[in-house]
Amino acid sequence: MDALRVEGVAKRFGALTALTDVNLHVGRGEVLGLLGDNGAGKSTLIKVICGFHRPDAGRILVDEVPVVLRSVDHARSLGIDTVYQDLALVNELSVYHNMFLNREHRIGPLLNNRLMRRLAEEHLREMGVDIPDVTVEAAKLSGGQRQAIAVARSVYSAARILLLDEPLAAMGAKEATIILDLVADLKARGDVAIVIIAHNYAQALQVCDRVAILQQGRITFDRPTAETSVAELTDLMVADYRGRRRAAGG
Amino acid sequence: MSVAVDKPGGPALARRAWTGFIRRREASVLVVAIALVVYFQASTPLFLTDGNLRNIAQATAPTAIVAVGIVFLLVSGEIDISVGMVAALAPYLMHYAIDFYGVPAVPAILLALLLAALVGLVNGLITTRLKVPSFVTTLGMFYLLYGILLTTSKAYPVAIPSSVKGDLQTWLGAGDWASLSWCLLVVVFFHLVLTRTRWGLHTISVGGNMLGATEAGIRVNRVKVGNFMLVSTLGAFAGLMEAFRINSIDPNIGGGTRITFTAIAAAVIGGTALAGGSGTVIGALLGMFVLAVLQNGFNLVGVSANPFFLIQGLAILVSMIANQYLSRLRRAGGS
Ligand SMILES: Nc1ncnc2c1ncn2[C@@H]1O[C@H](COP(=O)(O)OP(=O)(O)OP(=O)(O)O)[C@@H](O)[C@H]1O
Ligand SMILES: [Mg+2]
Repeated sequence: MDALRVEGVAKRFGALTALTDVNLHVGRGEVLGLLGDNGAGKSTLIKVICGFHRPDAGRILVDEVPVVLRSVDHARSLGIDTVYQDLALVNELSVYHNMFLNREHRIGPLLNNRLMRRLAEEHLREMGVDIPDVTVEAAKLSGGQRQAIAVARSVYSAARILLLDEPLAAMGAKEATIILDLVADLKARGDVAIVIIAHNYAQALQVCDRVAILQQGRITFDRPTAETSVAELTDLMVADYRGRRRAAGG
Repeated sequence: MSVAVDKPGGPALARRAWTGFIRRREASVLVVAIALVVYFQASTPLFLTDGNLRNIAQATAPTAIVAVGIVFLLVSGEIDISVGMVAALAPYLMHYAIDFYGVPAVPAILLALLLAALVGLVNGLITTRLKVPSFVTTLGMFYLLYGILLTTSKAYPVAIPSSVKGDLQTWLGAGDWASLSWCLLVVVFFHLVLTRTRWGLHTISVGGNMLGATEAGIRVNRVKVGNFMLVSTLGAFAGLMEAFRINSIDPNIGGGTRITFTAIAAAVIGGTALAGGSGTVIGALLGMFVLAVLQNGFNLVGVSANPFFLIQGLAILVSMIANQYLSRLRRAGGS
């Protein structure tokens, strides 16, 4: 049984067609790597699955049940959680408020800052992320630290379907390993379905069970990691580019 | 002129207290407030008398209440320049309900507040749904309400309806310290709301990073609309309070744009950024206090009221520059 299935999803922005006809599926305990050029529509697809964009066509099934996602909140209530490419941190808020943004712990009407602070420290320590003070404003963090916060808040959200949009983008080698280890841990738990977007194929192949390529608004390739290689994936992407250039008469 | 930023070389504790202090947004305006009080008290012994303090309190309170709402709206990244007109209209709404429709006093007051909230709702919906910039939305609303006020009241002041006279009027503004008490209550309550509740956190998020807030699942429009409604309701409350205090309902309460602009000035002087994402309720109260003290002190020491606006203009500019400067210090001087 698939935890998440996407059928015939299309999404247009005015005249621009970002997704034409996307079909995709991920099972529990499975990690799907989603590859594609810049502007291929990967982030758009993620934002459709997490309830941020409404698809113009197609449907989404969670545990084989068709769902119409009304909002990010609604998707979240179904266990779908996202690390966005643009990270979505609020500069003016502290690290720990960012980690619990829109799922704050409270005592009555008041925020339970002490608990959130403690949990934030614990989670970051568990992840091996080095942030000396969770009360500083997010504006003061480095790109990699921001990334770590964004990942931490989704990973510790009890999500059952986790969407990661380029979680390794701004990461140094050590930090990237932390994230990849986290993904591996989640996968080992066996109850989380994970979609991860990456531009570094070597890293993607390391954690993914399957790889799919999104080209011109469609999934053009979908195969178990064991049956492909960095060289083949690179060839496919470049071939697509060359083909399109030739077709354009360039 | 340059501001000395040398941290005092004294014991570590003093230094920590100092950094802690300048890191607070309210710091600059608090210093200015204290300096003004000291200066005017030195200039005239009349300044810190019971009667004069009451004057300052009465000048501070209603506009500070409006400023609290303005802070929330500015933090969420919007502005409302129609609120002063809501303040002027609210007492009339109460008067119409009581004297024309026979509504009892308390429901009439609640009705006035409710209608004000409705104005905020309309402002909010036009701004968020129809994507009209809030400055323009509320500019239109300002004239709209002005027209309604002038046509329905024929621009005549009226007496406070007899059914609200007595305890109700005393409690809601006519009592010596009534307006100040309400003001402090509002300030403390909304300070807590902004700093310690989900609503406050989401208001900051919406103004600080709208896309980020949306992605986190926050209903951005709902937060903004809510804050529009908050400003209008507080504006109506301030207007009612003022009418009870001066014992008459006057179309010139708030002097058209005066309440609005003074409240925005108070918020800005208190350290609230117009760009959204940061602001303080306590700062707005202090900002309003500074403006009231300036005006009052000038009066007392016999300076003509004319240069007051010059000073207010300078105060806005200087505090804005100081805030920029201090916030850079805060960023740099982190842990
Ligand atoms: N909100 C939007 N409004 C209009 N166009 C959009 C919007 N979001 C994305 N697009 C367009 O849709 C296309 C796909 O964008 P998307 O962000 O999904 O690409 P991507 O595959 O994530 O690229 P990258 O690898 O650079 O992150 C692009 O042409 C982009 O300009
Ligand atoms: Mg993207």
